[in-house]
Amino acid sequence: MAITQLKAKIVSNERVKNNYWLLRLECAEIAGKACPGQFVEIRVGEGAEPLLRRPISIHDAHKAGISLFYETVGRGTRMLSERARGSLLDVIGPLGNGFACDGLNKKNRIVLVAGGMGVAPLVFLAKRLKTIEPLVLIGARTKAQVVCLREFKDAGCSVKIATDDGSAGFKGKVTGLLESCLGQGGFSQIFACGPDPMLKAVANMARDNSIGSQLSLEEHMACGIGACLGCVVNTKNGYKRVCKEGPVFSGEELVW
Amino acid sequence: MRPDLRVKIGSLVLDNPVMVASGTFGYAEEFKDFIDLKKLGAIVTKTITVKARNGNLPPRTCETPAGLLNSIGLENPGLDNFISDKMPFLKKLGVPLVVSIAAEEDSGEFFTLAEKLGGIGAVSAIELNISCPNMRKDKLIAQDPKDTFALVSAVRRVTDKCLITKLSPNVASVSEIALAAQDAGSDAVSLINTLTGMSIDVQRRIPKIASCIGGLSGPAIRPVAVRMVWEVYHKINIPIIGMGGIMDTESALEFFLAGAAAVSLGTVNFVNPRACLEVIHGLERYLIDNGIPELSRLKGSLKLCQD
Repeated sequence: MAITQLKAKIVSNERVKNNYWLLRLECAEIAGKACPGQFVEIRVGEGAEPLLRRPISIHDAHKAGISLFYETVGRGTRMLSERARGSLLDVIGPLGNGFACDGLNKKNRIVLVAGGMGVAPLVFLAKRLKTIEPLVLIGARTKAQVVCLREFKDAGCSVKIATDDGSAGFKGKVTGLLESCLGQGGFSQIFACGPDPMLKAVANMARDNSIGSQLSLEEHMACGIGACLGCVVNTKNGYKRVCKEGPVFSGEELVW
Repeated sequence: MRPDLRVKIGSLVLDNPVMVASGTFGYAEEFKDFIDLKKLGAIVTKTITVKARNGNLPPRTCETPAGLLNSIGLENPGLDNFISDKMPFLKKLGVPLVVSIAAEEDSGEFFTLAEKLGGIGAVSAIELNISCPNMRKDKLIAQDPKDTFALVSAVRRVTDKCLITKLSPNVASVSEIALAAQDAGSDAVSLINTLTGMSIDVQRRIPKIASCIGGLSGPAIRPVAVRMVWEVYHKINIPIIGMGGIMDTESALEFFLAGAAAVSLGTVNFVNPRACLEVIHGLERYLIDNGIPELSRLKGSLKLCQD
């Protein structure tokens, strides 16, 4: 599918809570092609600072545009949060290979595992899944950092929460929660997005339970379009580009 | 009347002087959705080695103030796979094609590459990448005038193709190396390759890229690049392809005024894939606005302050 570069109008750019922001963009051309797990590259400013675009996963797509859910972590995302409604943003997308869910049907039990900002692409996936009531596990440091609960529920998912300090749901890592859920059996596929140690643990659990896993990786990128070879990860078939062959990889394929 | 943007590099005539820098444009196909590739002055491929290379350990890039630090390590599919998998697309474009080549261990690999590529009609020129800073070598060919002369003259003997020698900025005197390349029969020099640099994550106390030292590119290095083009311009007669942090028409013009015959856009391709075409258009506009009929008249036309 062809990649599009365009100036997208900012429909809204609002703080959800803490450092979490929701950005809505008018860009039908990208929205029409977008699949869950894909991302866009955004130029947050005009000049040389910051120099590079920022890769941000697609949080939702509808007919007229897309929305992005992002956390302000550095200068680039802070500048993005300052961009006003109505202004134009230089966007490239949709990029990368998203989640593969073609083989799934109503009989499949699916679990989605989100660590921290990993919720962002999984909401889009949850909305597009045609399976029965996917189980969503959200991991966060504290209750205050749990986000997108409502979006998952509205998409027809059942949601469980794990927090490091036990302020909401299961006390401990989301992978601990996943382990107890997998113990019940019956799951046919795990979709996950989050920090690398979490994804590695998910991949191992999936393998031990003979379940397929699809993991969305996050990596610093220079180009985002497969040209610079900067964002590679090691796989059983050599280095692969997170921006092009990824960001979603099968858990069995990755070499940690 | 439209100004004449043509430029001659050895036996090669380009319709316009805007090229892409090796390693920043893949094998052109990566950019086909963004621009009409046929409008580029020339395409320079990512560097090819005889055997396929996996490249360096990740993380390979990090952003720095107005710059990009990289240590890709010349990941490439190798000569044969390049010819079978990448050439068909490039050939179809009909744009002058410059294939960048490098040796891993033995400089003899340059001859193998030059001979084989020299036999391909669609290859317009060969760029000798003797200046990649990410090959874990103590000394690069481009850091020694004698080594540069020896390598370029040896390649010159095996091919009639237009030869471009890519120079390193990590030297005491870049014009000394440029002169050696010219004396050895290089048709042009391209400069600058990346400046070696480091960036550190102070919280974790680790280098931000796995190889610790990498090559710095982007607007941060532009003044260094312009200065080097200016110095080299006064020492050699062959054309200079200037590069280093060009972001737009204005920054491209700096290189022409300093003495470049053509320019290459590099890191900006990652930020704005349309930059090359914008610069071609912008140069034309500048010439029209200033009543200059030919771009070649701009070359080295910097006016110096008089005492």
